[in-house]
Amino acid sequence: MSYVLNTADQQRAMLAEIGAASIADLFRPIPAALQLKRPLDVPPALTELELTQHMQELASRNRAALNSVCFQGGGCYDHFIPAVVDAVAGRSEYYTAYTPYQAEASQGSLQAFFEYQTLICQLTGMDVANASLYDGGSAVTEAVLMARTVTQRYGRVLIAESVHPEHRQILSTYLANLDAGVETLPTPQGFLDPADLKQAVDDETACVVVQHPNFFGGLEEVEALAQTAHARGALFIVSFDPISLGLLKRPGEYGADIAVAEGQCLGNPMVYGGPFLGILACQEKFVRRMPGRLVGQTVDRNGKRCWVLTLQTREQHIRREKATSNICTNQGLMALKAAVYLAALGPQGLKETAELCARKAHYAAQQLTHLPGVKLKFARPFFKEFTLTIEGTVSSILGRVLQHGYHGGLELGRWYPTLADGMSVAVTEKRTRGEIDGLVKAFAQAMKG
Amino acid sequence: MRRTQSTELIFELSHSGRRTHRLPSCDVPVPEAKDLLPQSALTAAPPPLPEVGEIDLVRHFVNLSTRNMSIDTNFYPLGSCTMKYNPKRHERLAGLSGIADLHPLQCDESCQGMLELLWQMQTILAEIAGLDAVALQPAAGAHGELTALLVAAAYFRDRGEKRSRVLIPDSAHGTNPASAAIAGFDAVTIKSNSRGMVDMQDLGTKLDERTAVFMMTNPNTLGLFDDQIAAITELLHRQGALVYLDGANMNAILGWTRPGDFGVDMMHYNVHKTFTGPHGAGGPGAGPIAVRANLAPFLPAPLVMQTDAGFRLDYDRPKSIGRVRSFFGNVGILVRGYCYLRTLGAQGLREVSTNAVLNANYLLARIKKEYEVPYGDRCMHEFVASARSLRRERKISAMDIAKRLLDFGYHAPTVYFPLVVPEAIMIEPTETESKETLDAFAEALLRIRSEEPEFLHQAPHSLGISRPDEVRAAKEPILRWKKSD
Repeated sequence: MSYVLNTADQQRAMLAEIGAASIADLFRPIPAALQLKRPLDVPPALTELELTQHMQELASRNRAALNSVCFQGGGCYDHFIPAVVDAVAGRSEYYTAYTPYQAEASQGSLQAFFEYQTLICQLTGMDVANASLYDGGSAVTEAVLMARTVTQRYGRVLIAESVHPEHRQILSTYLANLDAGVETLPTPQGFLDPADLKQAVDDETACVVVQHPNFFGGLEEVEALAQTAHARGALFIVSFDPISLGLLKRPGEYGADIAVAEGQCLGNPMVYGGPFLGILACQEKFVRRMPGRLVGQTVDRNGKRCWVLTLQTREQHIRREKATSNICTNQGLMALKAAVYLAALGPQGLKETAELCARKAHYAAQQLTHLPGVKLKFARPFFKEFTLTIEGTVSSILGRVLQHGYHGGLELGRWYPTLADGMSVAVTEKRTRGEIDGLVKAFAQAMKG
Repeated sequence: MRRTQSTELIFELSHSGRRTHRLPSCDVPVPEAKDLLPQSALTAAPPPLPEVGEIDLVRHFVNLSTRNMSIDTNFYPLGSCTMKYNPKRHERLAGLSGIADLHPLQCDESCQGMLELLWQMQTILAEIAGLDAVALQPAAGAHGELTALLVAAAYFRDRGEKRSRVLIPDSAHGTNPASAAIAGFDAVTIKSNSRGMVDMQDLGTKLDERTAVFMMTNPNTLGLFDDQIAAITELLHRQGALVYLDGANMNAILGWTRPGDFGVDMMHYNVHKTFTGPHGAGGPGAGPIAVRANLAPFLPAPLVMQTDAGFRLDYDRPKSIGRVRSFFGNVGILVRGYCYLRTLGAQGLREVSTNAVLNANYLLARIKKEYEVPYGDRCMHEFVASARSLRRERKISAMDIAKRLLDFGYHAPTVYFPLVVPEAIMIEPTETESKETLDAFAEALLRIRSEEPEFLHQAPHSLGISRPDEVRAAKEPILRWKKSD
């Protein structure tokens, strides 16, 4: 079933109008020797009912919210999504539109993205935000590429080991052919020591990248780090947790030059990792070096306020190989969801969400570390995620915890060989005391073997 | 009916003390959050977000949505973008809890259904491409281009070859040269010939041992299948270079021919176009890449593998370029693409391209007496008309036509692209439109041609706004609302 409307009669009439003898005649530009002489070898077509049953069967072989409780984080979090977010994003006038090239026919999306840009500025305390990038990981990389151009320093990039390992991996993949000199600064105490940064940063360094709260959940000394970077003329790039800004200082308050984030937590479901939302905001003076789409306010011929895609001379469709980035399709629908989410929460809602995350995470840490063999790995303040060391094989303990119905955390050894006994636990506002107590019980039993 | 509420900004609706979402009270016995964290890390006040009640919030965004054209409300023949119908079943199925609530780092044993779906997707996309291996990670078409070029760079590095150039036809999407630059290559432009195809002489001159990749779009952005394709790929391969296909136009050839069969080594798909994403007003997309076996070791990790013990993510890929996106890419879009592919089957896929090409040719036939179409009177899934002579004779530009079409309730075609056609009007009707819709659209185009130029310069006449001042927007950029405004 191909959603095609043309009937056989219509197809004949259309071919006659074209002056073509047959459908095959239309495909004559494809040399006969290159045409496929057999049907594609793909699974047979399903009706909607059959497809629904098939998808339900596939879904039933996944352990998700219906039959397990999520304490996993690492850049993707199980936050609550108010119904208004889905109601708005479910409007097909948004989700079946293209990128708003024709401003007159796209004022809905354009205004929503302008509001998103403003909301991100309000959230971060930065001057400008773009209309989204793919995800938090590629946003880190785009920020680094931007910092290289802004500073005209192409030889050195410093990134803390406490930044999400996958984000660091994306950075080194993108920069593999650019002689970019990416150096990872060790964080054995679970944070980047400003004294270590001072040793490492020099006048050739384009930027310093940290994550706050970092991948272990801990806070970084962002103010001192920003000052240290700036003292040598390097830009300070911070990857932040949007929810944390209900409590923590905003990037604009501690001197970030470019602030990036994974925006999934703002109203987007986990969906096995995507589609997510790359947030990028920066200081005003860097705006013409920014990657990605920007919506700007202007007036129409009658002086009426309206919105357009602007500063497009930075972009690939105008500048081609000299563009600030190759991005074209971004994550518009996720930006819209983030905008609705932030407006639904407001300042008080964001603050309370952040407070609940922090308190519940601290309760969970307290209860888990009462168990014999479980300790906090780092003596760092944390927000909604924390790192433990546990006695025993982490993967098998987590496997047994799952049998009790809990995705108990992330095994850190896969990214950090020195943390073979380490795991991180994330606690959002959704987790109840009962679920946390249940997790603790599950660990207690799992660790007995 | 007037809908003035939607033209206000959400910030202008804010009223101190209002809110939509309320949180439960804290159910764990720990101190206040401010006492759990160091004072120096805390902000004095939460971000100054707007304060709005639920009905205001809903009315605002719902009214705003009505100021968009979309596939669900309007014919949307935006060339190169494949704006076909987005089936509703996909939205429901992608939202199933067993799919939407999955954490990307949960263990393989706990998401076998998802891994099976993704493995099937890899397999089906490889078959349609006629290539051997697929990586689903890239988040959009341009991301797929970049990923494939990084794969190419790794491949040549592995062979000890230094190749610095990527050749790109002048009709290509702007993302191609931009991706080449970010991957660390020099982009070299190849001319089009008088038939709108690759100029073989120019290609021959610029192709040498420095060439890593030739990036082509076939059918190209003029809607033409380059019939020199066998000679092109042979030429490139003889030089040891790779051929990349920008898959933006796959909607023209599904089940009719396969890139791997016509000599392509690597390609990306735009799942949000060909396999009906939907496009989300600017994303999300999904840009999986397919490659030949000799390039497979370099694909980003992980890939999904089938084993005797079920499906698992394979991270053990020592020659891999690494990764280009966190987790597993835009899975939600891949799920919709999978639903689409499972609905169509082999026959349905071929019907897609049959009718996409039929519809485009029919529309071309309906208007070609009145509109100049520089490159021939047949096309594949799209064609590019030109307002060059209209502009010369009557001062009517491609932009005028585009804007006037909005008054007729049609989204405008792509204009001023590809760059090789002056006053380009690029029309892609897609297979999901009926003959009746195409007839009505053709009538509108023919009527516009004879309207008064001055009237057209002022179009659109019936939308919420007239033409925006784009120069002012760029000169004095206002990129956010501020309280003082």
